[in-house]
Amino acid sequence: MEFWQNIPMLLVVFSLMSAAICSVLPGKVARVWLTAATGLACAASAFFLAKMLGFEGDYVYKMGEFGAPYGNELRCGRLEAVVALTFTSVLFLAVLGGAHRISTEVDPQRRPLFCTVSLLLQAALIAMTYTNDMFTGYVFIEITTIAACALICVKSRGRTMFAATRYMIMNLIGSGLFLFGLCMMYCLTGHLLFPQLKEQIALLAARGRYGVPLYTALILMGLGIAIKAGLYPFHTWIPNAYSSATPSAAAMLSSLVSKTYIFLLLKAVWRVFGPETFQPVGDVLFVFSMLGIVMGSVEAIFEHNVRRMVAWSSVAQIGYIFMALSLCTREGAAAAVFHIAAHSCAKSTLFLSAGRLVEVSGGKSDFRDLRGAGLRAPLAGAAFSVGAMSIVGIPVLGGFASKVFLVEAALQLSKWKCILMLAVLAVSVVLNVAYFLRTVLTLYRDPIASEAAAAKAPRAGAAFCVSMSALIGLSVALGVCGGTVMNWIRAGAALL
Amino acid sequence: MPELFWEHIDEVAAVILFCIGFTTLLLNRNMIKKIIGFSMMDSAVFLFLASYGYIKGRSAPLYIDGRNDPSLYVNPVPASLVLTGIVVSVSVTAIMLALTMRLYRRYRTLDIEEIAEKVREEGK
Repeated sequence: MEFWQNIPMLLVVFSLMSAAICSVLPGKVARVWLTAATGLACAASAFFLAKMLGFEGDYVYKMGEFGAPYGNELRCGRLEAVVALTFTSVLFLAVLGGAHRISTEVDPQRRPLFCTVSLLLQAALIAMTYTNDMFTGYVFIEITTIAACALICVKSRGRTMFAATRYMIMNLIGSGLFLFGLCMMYCLTGHLLFPQLKEQIALLAARGRYGVPLYTALILMGLGIAIKAGLYPFHTWIPNAYSSATPSAAAMLSSLVSKTYIFLLLKAVWRVFGPETFQPVGDVLFVFSMLGIVMGSVEAIFEHNVRRMVAWSSVAQIGYIFMALSLCTREGAAAAVFHIAAHSCAKSTLFLSAGRLVEVSGGKSDFRDLRGAGLRAPLAGAAFSVGAMSIVGIPVLGGFASKVFLVEAALQLSKWKCILMLAVLAVSVVLNVAYFLRTVLTLYRDPIASEAAAAKAPRAGAAFCVSMSALIGLSVALGVCGGTVMNWIRAGAALL
Repeated sequence: MPELFWEHIDEVAAVILFCIGFTTLLLNRNMIKKIIGFSMMDSAVFLFLASYGYIKGRSAPLYIDGRNDPSLYVNPVPASLVLTGIVVSVSVTAIMLALTMRLYRRYRTLDIEEIAEKVREEGK
């Protein structure tokens, strides 16, 4: 084993230790540490992906060389490397882009804690991406939940605390169901590591024994993840939580936290349950996700608060990812992963730039009050437009490429399912255009808000500019080099 | 069927407790009761796991007095899962209680519907 193969494990350990260190550092130092640590994780993940591209297949990393059934494993392949790079780079840019708001919205004594929970989130993201063990997955699900809750209520207003409580209640229900399903699965198979679990489940399914407990466990786990990721009928906590949190936290929650649960489910579907066994549960998720795509966009059209509108759009986008995942085909899995990457970039751009646009419009978040905000804050306006166009699916941007891959995945399906999926995709594009176009146009209309509001708003600073430009760049890069990235993802998905 | 029921009475009890905890967490309006419901839900899972890992007449796998016959011991994994689960459950309970305290200090009520009402008024 070569040294670079330790990177995933080292990153998890480093993030956890940095989180602990940040909690005792003074505010300014903690912030520098946070930026450095997230930047380092991002660079290390990029290096790891570059090494992985030159590496045949994937490898299993045994913690402390303890074998199954007692040991704990990481499994590292191209798919995981791409997802980890997406997560770490979006986290880094979200931290950079929201830094100026942290100093205005968060009490000074809480700022080191913001750094702590962000790093905790980073550790959980990386660990969940690479883990090859169900129970480790569960533990990091809970760490993510705690970190996300702390990220929401780091801004101590009544509204954010209430949103955090609602968030926690729904998430605890989700993780309770997941844990129960996991325990049932453990009782049925006696294993927790993915390969051994898969072997046993395949045996059970082939012999047709314990069908009811097996499917109960599958449904509980699928449902648990769906609730935690905010799939349509379980989305009620999303708009409040995303719109009341500080922009940095909203970007992390929408583009990282919910995606990491979905990626864990995706790995579980392929490496544990087996796509054929999961298919019935997948069909149910397919129906929910189609409802979510349409309903999320419809709700966004009726929403005037710009941040809540972006949050509703997240409900629809979660639907896309679940739809691709629930097809239980390799092409669907690859499309889901690409959509995770494209949507993470676009959605964090939208949340960060919306925060800035509201700031320069005197703190009013109704989109009709944002008239001319794109002229007062040109970079934020441009970023919002790019993010919105990416979500709608305008060519040359990430969202367009991901829609192409979704359609490619749909074309492999049986006739009616394919028509249904294409119809939903077409309807959703129209709905997306309806609410994003009017907002983007409003941004560039003649300003009505007094120029005094713009003068009062604090300067965004270099960090925000760097973060916005990088996110715009990432969206464009995903659109232009979509084929290359998709080839990496397909190579990874072939090993699932 | 009745034999099957009595044979698995621990699991049956765990599932019933889980359902009680689940509905309390989901439907009860009182925050403290919600938290109790959550604790119950998690404890039910631990009961389920612990009863699965228990085999009558066997002891924890501690290697003493040269007893190296594996049939004397139980599998330590379920017990360690329960321990890990308890740690997670305790930390989540703590964070929920902290949130509830802060909400109570601000709104002087534990009823989540009333809090929602007050938050809405505040926003106007």
